[in-house]
Amino acid sequence: MLAYALKRLLSAVPTLFLIVTISFFLMRVAPGGPFHLERPLEAKVMENLNRLYHLDEPLWRQYFLYLSNLLRGDLGPSFVYRDFTVADLFAAGLPVSIQLGASALALALLIGTFLGCIAALRQNSAADYLVVGIATFGITVPPFVVAPVLSLIFGVSLGWLPAGGWGDGALANKILPVLTLALPQIAIVARLIRGAMIEALRSDHVRTARAYGLPTRIVVAVHALRAAILPVVSYLGPAAAALLTGSIVVETIFGIPGIGRYFVQAALNRDYTLVMGTVVVVSLFVVLFNLVVDLLYAWLDPRVRFNA
Amino acid sequence: MTGGAGKERQTLLAVRDLNVAFRLADGPVHAVRGVDFTLAAGETVAIVGESGSGKSQTVMALMGLLAANGTASGRALYRGEDLLALSPRRLNRIRGEKITMIFQEPMSSLDPLYRVGRQIAEPMVYHRGLSWRAARKRALELLKLVRIPDAERRIDAYPHELSGGQRQRVMIAMALANDPDILIADEPTTALDVTIQAEILKLLRELQDRLGMGIVFITHDLGIVRRFAERVYVMREGKVVEEGPVADIFAAPRHAYTRMLLAAEPAGRKPPVDEATPVILEGRDVSVAFPLGGGFLGRQRQELKAVDRLTLTLREGETLGVVGDSGSGKSTLARALLRLVPSEGEIAFLGRDIAGLNLRRERGLRRQLQIVFQDPYGSLSPRLTIGEIVTEGLLVHEPSLSRAERDRRAAAALKEVQLDPAMQTRYPHEFSGGQRQRIAIARAMILKPKLLVLDEPTSALDRSVQKEIVELLRRLQAEHRLTYLFISHDLAVVRALADRVLVMKDGRAVEEGETEEIFARPRQDYTKRLMAAAFLSAGAPAEAWAG
Amino acid sequence: MSLAEEPVTLKEPVSGRSLWQDALARLARNRAAMASLLILAVMALASILGPALWPHPYDRVYSEYVRVPASLEAYPHEDRIVPEMQRSLARARVDIGAVTVAGDTVRAEISDEEPIDPRMIRYVERSDLFSRVRLAETSADGRSAVLEAEVARLFFIAGTDGNGRDLFARILMAIRISLAIGLLATAVALVIGVTWGATAGYLGGRVDNVMMRIVDILYSLPFIFFVILLVVFFGRNLVLMFIAVGAVEWLDMARIVRGQTLSLKRREFVEAAEALGVSDAGIVRRHIIPNVTGPVAVYMTLLVPKVILLESFLSFLGLGVQEPLTSLGVLISEGAKNMQGASWLLIYPSIALALLLFALNFLGDGLRDALDPKDR
Repeated sequence: MLAYALKRLLSAVPTLFLIVTISFFLMRVAPGGPFHLERPLEAKVMENLNRLYHLDEPLWRQYFLYLSNLLRGDLGPSFVYRDFTVADLFAAGLPVSIQLGASALALALLIGTFLGCIAALRQNSAADYLVVGIATFGITVPPFVVAPVLSLIFGVSLGWLPAGGWGDGALANKILPVLTLALPQIAIVARLIRGAMIEALRSDHVRTARAYGLPTRIVVAVHALRAAILPVVSYLGPAAAALLTGSIVVETIFGIPGIGRYFVQAALNRDYTLVMGTVVVVSLFVVLFNLVVDLLYAWLDPRVRFNA
Repeated sequence: MTGGAGKERQTLLAVRDLNVAFRLADGPVHAVRGVDFTLAAGETVAIVGESGSGKSQTVMALMGLLAANGTASGRALYRGEDLLALSPRRLNRIRGEKITMIFQEPMSSLDPLYRVGRQIAEPMVYHRGLSWRAARKRALELLKLVRIPDAERRIDAYPHELSGGQRQRVMIAMALANDPDILIADEPTTALDVTIQAEILKLLRELQDRLGMGIVFITHDLGIVRRFAERVYVMREGKVVEEGPVADIFAAPRHAYTRMLLAAEPAGRKPPVDEATPVILEGRDVSVAFPLGGGFLGRQRQELKAVDRLTLTLREGETLGVVGDSGSGKSTLARALLRLVPSEGEIAFLGRDIAGLNLRRERGLRRQLQIVFQDPYGSLSPRLTIGEIVTEGLLVHEPSLSRAERDRRAAAALKEVQLDPAMQTRYPHEFSGGQRQRIAIARAMILKPKLLVLDEPTSALDRSVQKEIVELLRRLQAEHRLTYLFISHDLAVVRALADRVLVMKDGRAVEEGETEEIFARPRQDYTKRLMAAAFLSAGAPAEAWAG
Repeated sequence: MSLAEEPVTLKEPVSGRSLWQDALARLARNRAAMASLLILAVMALASILGPALWPHPYDRVYSEYVRVPASLEAYPHEDRIVPEMQRSLARARVDIGAVTVAGDTVRAEISDEEPIDPRMIRYVERSDLFSRVRLAETSADGRSAVLEAEVARLFFIAGTDGNGRDLFARILMAIRISLAIGLLATAVALVIGVTWGATAGYLGGRVDNVMMRIVDILYSLPFIFFVILLVVFFGRNLVLMFIAVGAVEWLDMARIVRGQTLSLKRREFVEAAEALGVSDAGIVRRHIIPNVTGPVAVYMTLLVPKVILLESFLSFLGLGVQEPLTSLGVLISEGAKNMQGASWLLIYPSIALALLLFALNFLGDGLRDALDPKDR
């Protein structure tokens, strides 16, 4: 298993390299630069800035410079937030984003599994239709609609919760963003669990468990649910990607200082290093997360265990 | 109503007027209609019937295992308690403890996510309150009892690491764990190879002798009934049409349906063709190898030899039966002879070496060499009409035919296989298994081939339907002087149809010879085992397997 | 031996029903899917014909009606007519006497020290509130006159935006853009995905291995970030938008088509066709394509809402279509900025988007259930 994990990590290196390369050159062939502001800078100042950030050197040298810095773990200075390095910005932003994402994911798994089980066990009942309705709503209505509407209702009209801002991570500030982020995932998890659970309940091995007089709770929890959870585990990879995307919206709407918000601003401002840094960190995260998901899947399903 | 040979035994289970109905979109379907049956302690009762007769639903109803849209009525008294009226909790005290069950599908009836030891232990833990440790100890004993080799290691195996026969043994171990009064076996051997079938039946019989439980045995196979059961209930369309001691029923069946079932055992023999008849197909050292995964980018490739240097000859009008367990390479051999998979070695058809030929270009040869597959559901394209399916070959081989002429020939071909030609505009999903198999035969016959490869054409069908297909094949052979390569694991059918038999194991020919010779005097061990098992299902005398 | 007959007897009629006909019949029984189809048809029709028929062009600015709330009553409200006339006349620098409203006609008495220039009516005409402005009853010396104008009754059933444009017209336009992008990007994904997947699946072996490995690698890229980069750096361009979106979404399609092709290739009816001597092209045409169509159709129906969502998302971030064109994402983003005080700007576009996506999702689900009936 350890050998498998290492092998997987190694095989991710070319992928990461590809990502870094594509984004680097994509960004550089685009018109504009970090110091092309609305009010042009003096030529002398511009020259100094360019030299300071090695922007006057040939592109391929900048590329190798970036790569070698990256290998040493140095993401470089931010071009726009000039007093900070990219690492500084991440040190502040990453924990916020991770907190949001992890809470949303945990919430989605808990509520989604619960709703999905209820729906599957009471198929074609009112509860089932309600869950399916909620799930369809959650999948259909995107976060950038849910977020402002929630903020309008609970923040502006009712005034129960802050309409935006992070408030240094106060619980009240987290509720709406986490809910927004979790809603579509709750919906997907509930749907997946419902479908897989219905199938599992009809499967031959669950019939065996019932034929052997095992109590219903054991049949459901031990034999049906474990099979039903497998599709959700496979979905965790895409879910993480969706949470990242969602965090861009949620952080923008609620004004939360996470890395999602930085990314859009940095791209618009041509903050080369910050954009690259975000891409690298996010890709690394996706790769690691997928690895963990695969290991988890293998742990749950002996049929796919690795013989490495 | 206690059956058996006059011995007074206590009645364990008495089912009275059992009805099972399913709610479907187009109205209710009555699967079981007023069934009565009894089981005495230590007795073996068989319920026999073809697919759709309601035999499985009868026992599913007793065990509370009907699908959600099914309801059961009537009474099923077990030691004074009506199983159908019990609360789920009370029922759970009986099933898995007093009444246990093994199923047809050894592949899917065990939970793939847990070790088999845990699954055997589970009912003991919940019913008898054993600790997991004690239950595991008992599970190990049970695995030894059902004679799983290397039980100490296998107890920690997952189901997918075991063979079909081993899984069925695990199921039996699980069924015996709590010393049940009644064991219900729902087609427990149907999905297994014949040699494994025989072992499992033998095991069940021995265990019954030792432990004394009553067995309800559900099967479609009269051979097993004859060998295995004391009394039998024959079911048809949800009703019991006949019941009684096995010996009586086999000796003097009263109901027409029972007589038909008994007669449905394939009968007749085919006289061998003359030595002088011209050879139509000859294969020499035919081998087929499949790469086993992991051959990506330069890593060493491993191969599976599905067919290993096989040599065979087929004369005009002859039927060569190819028999063997699943995985013996019989189907691959057929596909190689038809040039559907690449192979090594020589294959001569009508005097031409076709091993290196692209048969698509050699249309004259291609149409002479046709195939009928096992699965009547998978071998017809679901989105084409019967007419389109049957005439597909004509489009290739006689593209100049007018539409009307094609339709005429399709009608003739359908008539030839005894189907109504008006069905040309229907789609395959509207037909039954036997009808589909006829369509598949019509599709091949329309090209007027010389050699027809029949890849288990009767295996997915009920005995009575099987018999009709066998008759059809026999008639077609006689009328068109067809040559058959008949692949089957069902020796009864092979015996009825083939002049000569080729026994395959692990891709090699184990033994070859005239049908009567092979059946009467098998020389190789493997053939002997195969025959012994087959006698069991063919309903022939029992000495062969009793040992 | 009549008992030996096949147990299943066929019912009339003699003409068979294909799987597609079966599926369509099942779909027609699915009320949610049928309602969705109706909603979609209405929305599509409205978005195609609507902008031409609707009285307000989607880019017309009514500067007197900035951010007016949605209302089923006509604008202007009575109490605004007189002040607005006075304001317009003040701009014309004339002295204003009595202003009266009678029905749809406004009469204003005006006078000036010098003869009134008839061209001054332009100041009034410029206002969105008045039409058919004319000078009636000019006095003999031309220094006083009565100005008459019709009150232009305008309906803004969904209100207007921060620039005074009719929101309903903009929503219609946005639906048109969203649908167009959804369909075009899906078409891009379809072409790439089907070609890729079918090639890999049919050729199999090493080619398949390499091709699907590429898909796997592309899967692990954080695509949304690439799309954002693309759009940011190469400008906000409709064509680029849907190429980008389509290029992201083809991966799933390729996987589905490959899986289907692979499994179909192993089916016995394909082998039977090979044994009959049918050519590769014939097999693909007669056996593979008709059987792949179902899953592809389902996936396509479900891909359209996904693409619309992605487009709206990019538009929401300000990376989508550009003014004065609009899309639902742009409208929602504007609505979100103005939600305190002009909530209709958020609510109506959100409803439109939700309705569109609901309908598409229900239709896709319905189609899937119809084509793949597990509960039979």
